[in-house]
Amino acid sequence: MSILGTRVVRTEDPQFLTRGAVYTDDLTDERLTGALHATFVRSQVAHAKVLSVDTEAAKTAPGVVAVYTAADLTDLPPLAPPFPFIAAEFERQWLCTDTVRFVGDAVAVVLTEERYQGEDAAEMVVVDLDVLPAVVGTANAAKDETLLFPAAGTNVLAAFGEPAPADFFDGCEVVVEQAVVNQRVAPVPLETRATSAVWGEDGRVTVWCTNQGAQQAKGQIADWLGIDAGLVHLVTPDVGGGFGAKIGADPEYALIAHLAKLSGRPVRWTESRSENLTSMLHGRGQDQVVKIGGSRDGTVHAYSLVTDQDGGAYPRIGVVLPTLTMLMTPGTYAFPKVHAQARVLATNTTSIGAYRGAGRPEATAAVERAIDLFAAEIGMDPAEVRRINLVPAFDEPHATPTGATYDSGDYVAALDRALEASGYAELRAEQAARRERGDVRQLGIGVSTYVEITGADNGAGTGEEAELEVHPDGTATVLTGTSPHGQGHATTWAMLASDQLGIPVEKITVLHGDTDRIPKGGGTMGSRSLQQGGAAVHQAAVELVELAKKRAAERLEANPDDLVVDLGTASLTVKGTPGVSVSFAELAAEEALLVQTTFTAAAATFPFGAHVAVVETDVESGKATVVRIVTVDDAGTIINPLLAEGQRHGGIAQGVAQALLEEVLYDEDGNPQTSTLADYPFISATELPSFELVDMATPTPMNPLGAKGIGEAGTIGSTPAVQSAVIDSVAHLGVRHVDMPATSMRVWKAVQAAQAGAQTQNGSTN
Amino acid sequence: MQVSMTVNGQQRTDEVEPRMLLAHHLRDNLGLTATNIGCDSTSCGACTVIVDGLSVKSCTVLALQVEGGEVTTLEGLAGEDGELHPVQAAFQSEHGLQCGFCTSGMVMASVGVLAANPSPTDREVREGLEGNLCRCTGYHNIVRAVLKAAEAGPVAGQVPQRSQEVSA
Amino acid sequence: MIPSPFDYVRVTSVDEAVAALAEHGEDAKILAGGHSLLPIMKLRLAIPSVLIDISGITDLNYVRVDGDQVAIGAGTRHHDLENSDVAKAEVPLLPHVASRVGDPQVRHRGTLGGTVAHCDPASDLPTALLALGADVVLAGPEGRRTLPITEFFLGFFETAMEEGEMIVELRVPRTGDAGWAYEKFTRRENDWPIVSAAVAHLPGGGVGVAMANMGGVVLRAPAVEAALAEGKSIAEAAALAAEGTSPSSDMHADAEYRSHLARLLVRRALTVAAGEAAPSTAESTAAA
Repeated sequence: MSILGTRVVRTEDPQFLTRGAVYTDDLTDERLTGALHATFVRSQVAHAKVLSVDTEAAKTAPGVVAVYTAADLTDLPPLAPPFPFIAAEFERQWLCTDTVRFVGDAVAVVLTEERYQGEDAAEMVVVDLDVLPAVVGTANAAKDETLLFPAAGTNVLAAFGEPAPADFFDGCEVVVEQAVVNQRVAPVPLETRATSAVWGEDGRVTVWCTNQGAQQAKGQIADWLGIDAGLVHLVTPDVGGGFGAKIGADPEYALIAHLAKLSGRPVRWTESRSENLTSMLHGRGQDQVVKIGGSRDGTVHAYSLVTDQDGGAYPRIGVVLPTLTMLMTPGTYAFPKVHAQARVLATNTTSIGAYRGAGRPEATAAVERAIDLFAAEIGMDPAEVRRINLVPAFDEPHATPTGATYDSGDYVAALDRALEASGYAELRAEQAARRERGDVRQLGIGVSTYVEITGADNGAGTGEEAELEVHPDGTATVLTGTSPHGQGHATTWAMLASDQLGIPVEKITVLHGDTDRIPKGGGTMGSRSLQQGGAAVHQAAVELVELAKKRAAERLEANPDDLVVDLGTASLTVKGTPGVSVSFAELAAEEALLVQTTFTAAAATFPFGAHVAVVETDVESGKATVVRIVTVDDAGTIINPLLAEGQRHGGIAQGVAQALLEEVLYDEDGNPQTSTLADYPFISATELPSFELVDMATPTPMNPLGAKGIGEAGTIGSTPAVQSAVIDSVAHLGVRHVDMPATSMRVWKAVQAAQAGAQTQNGSTN
Repeated sequence: MQVSMTVNGQQRTDEVEPRMLLAHHLRDNLGLTATNIGCDSTSCGACTVIVDGLSVKSCTVLALQVEGGEVTTLEGLAGEDGELHPVQAAFQSEHGLQCGFCTSGMVMASVGVLAANPSPTDREVREGLEGNLCRCTGYHNIVRAVLKAAEAGPVAGQVPQRSQEVSA
Repeated sequence: MIPSPFDYVRVTSVDEAVAALAEHGEDAKILAGGHSLLPIMKLRLAIPSVLIDISGITDLNYVRVDGDQVAIGAGTRHHDLENSDVAKAEVPLLPHVASRVGDPQVRHRGTLGGTVAHCDPASDLPTALLALGADVVLAGPEGRRTLPITEFFLGFFETAMEEGEMIVELRVPRTGDAGWAYEKFTRRENDWPIVSAAVAHLPGGGVGVAMANMGGVVLRAPAVEAALAEGKSIAEAAALAAEGTSPSSDMHADAEYRSHLARLLVRRALTVAAGEAAPSTAESTAAA
């Protein structure tokens, strides 16, 4: 029996559980001996002219070796916008000398001998500012009254698509329109950003930093510093979570590397959580308008999604997220007409970047909300409206009106399985009984279906490399350009090699994240790793077996075609002659047994599924409690169900968090209101039930494993299901919409407004 | 000032600034980096260690406050023969960790949960871990792991008793 | 984030502590569990120059019956109060509320005296002590004095404690099995309450009602108490819960919603205390 598809526990765990992983702040590399500690001085004001930065007092503080401002960085090229379609005027300074554009914008850096001295000295840097009006929120930004970059003449960073034709909804019996907020959230990897840098005598810099792809981070740092990429050696230590926010490098990492050069000492930086919550990338941040039209029989004829994406102060990955939202606009549905349009606006807040799902959860949340509103309008069960409009099962590629080509799917089956597993009919009956009785605790049932795109990012076109070597002692090493930070690649990649070679997973070491050792790689993001990096390992193992057969054929005087792998002994034997064999280790002893290969996926894949969320809402207080989450998440063939389930669990929790709790808030002056974990309501164990997972696997033809991505699916499905369940729990009281997060106050006020006979448009009644 | 404490069975005496937090003392002075720091506000629990038999957040305790005390960190949880503590073993078998950053604190808090309640329910585990945040697992498998560890009996709520060793 | 530098003094008796307070003046702060003080010092919202660590005073950690009161040492940790058999038998509201403070790790360190001295308007135990009509025993250079807690909590993080004084004991009536309830409303289980309500049926008649986060300081609900004394129904009395309060509007709740919650939670707490309903819990009936 193949090891693939079995619940192999992680080989990386014993160290994690006894000595702890080695994160960037834990490094004890001797090259970092005597490293200075960097502390950033950051703006406490959202938008202001910088009049002066006085570092004199700070320079005299105990332990201070240097204090740097923009004046010390004239050698560095400015930070250009990350995409060529963004106007060059949206340029960022390494340290602000003209204008600060968000609370957390860096103004100076203090280097001290000891960690504890940095904060004391940073407090002594005096920054004189002339405060400007702050731009908070996309609606405010769109007015173009206050401009973040006056030279650009607008706050619009980018615009995509055209308005819908005037006759778009003509012929629809029913049209429903709703403004929907997909709020800004903080990714909050438990490990904050951290880096260390040291320059060697060879003129190269070694940078350790927490990230999701060493090769990409290296390229960015070299580009930003304006140096040859060959001069940067980037090493990724263990990484304490990424969730999209650690894709590539942050300018701080490059700056620390530069300061290591200026100071002539190794430099380390680990940010505080407050710093992280105010100046690391945030996610989501879309203001959407959904409009849906169709017939009273439940058929949708036309659907439109118009999005204003908050880009934050400086353009980062967030600028392109709406293009993914637009691509996935119709979701699982066979709507005849689909329209999508978006623009991205600069605001005086930290930049928006990728966060678990990155543009796709926003599309799913919008279309699922639209379907619910449509169902409520025509008085039909929302699950039934979904069934009517779902794309029927397909195994030939399905092209959507927004330009996506779905690989394989059976959305109706996913929905049916989720409904059945949840006991949907019984839940509805229980709900009706409670409504009839007028219970304080009302039941809400939310259903979502989703399809998302995975493996669509960098690497998809150029391929992902893998190197596999068997050693004479019978062990093997895998090199991968993917970049695990919790996903368990060390185990799964070893399983993929073991499946072909028979070498036990414990004897296979998986290495990643050292750009000198592994120059090429696409990293881990967009749920790409297994279907690209894993497939590359599989391909390497297949090729290694072929290579070994050629060598063994000579040694065993047999035809290579007559050789088979004996998985039990990790050797090749001659078919029908069991005694005649040679092990991979023996072959490796003769000559290096190594394969380097590149796997290029045929195209992106489209995982899909259906979620049912059940909440209980205390209608007197408005507080909703999630009591059940039932999910079908079809990611094609599963290599390690234990780890795949873990990905689903984590994703589900983050979706529930967005639906119910989490939101990054700024006041109207741009002051962060959620800058510690005491204020930002990171979801905890008490706010979640245990999850009920239902299996379903529809393999993709796009890679030999049949695997699609699973990293983000849980989040994409659970967010709208939970939001829908909360609204459903008070629907009988007249509520049609409540924005996320569906806090108790929002729900209570929506009920009050509905009961008072008022319209509950926009949901944000506070 | 001088501070003496027993850490994972070893007697330690060190010179510290009064403001030195126990978490930094463990990490920077004693090299015990399994204990992580994930927030500024006593919220995340990543820095949880056991002090004198009770779980505490070491980012909100001064090293000096532990004068004469006994500290167990993740590094001191396995047996001297390397055998995993029941909570450690269960975290592996139930896939209760992903990125690992919360894990040290989560494991130590779980030992504390089982010390207070050797056979908790799903809900009681969640309430016991309310001060520990995890971004990766959705807590599902962490809860499974604690329930699984409880099957080992009272030992799952205990830290190993070590013969004391003295070092500089 | 780390606190600003300070000097550290360890004391082993109340007399030593009071002497240290006198010596170091207004920049000195008492350090007990540190779970109110150290977090704000890390954010540099408090910058004391001297910390006087009283955790070495062994006779500040006790729960004992003393006449018609229960006396609780100021150094008693929430965890000890939560598990005190004396407290459970004599004044069960208090150990229950102790069990709702923060999370287990916080309860393992935080002390009753510390949370009272900190005087946070959203604090659980001060709300319960207020409902119980506790007395606060202070030690200072002039010796000891006892203040009713209504005279101790003055305002936003402001108490009647004079410079050089420290809390040494809290005294509460022995309510025994008389009715009590604590209704705490939070975003997440371990958060500070958005609003909470404590109710205690007191010896000698009368019902104490107190609320957290309905103003700059924890508050009694005199209108509710008076209505009950006049024989009004629970519903009628609870409707008066927000009277005379000035709740803040912040990102968690606006004043209107807080006022609604005050009325709702007081009604529920009164109902539970009267034995007419089970307490609200986060655990759902359908979750089981």
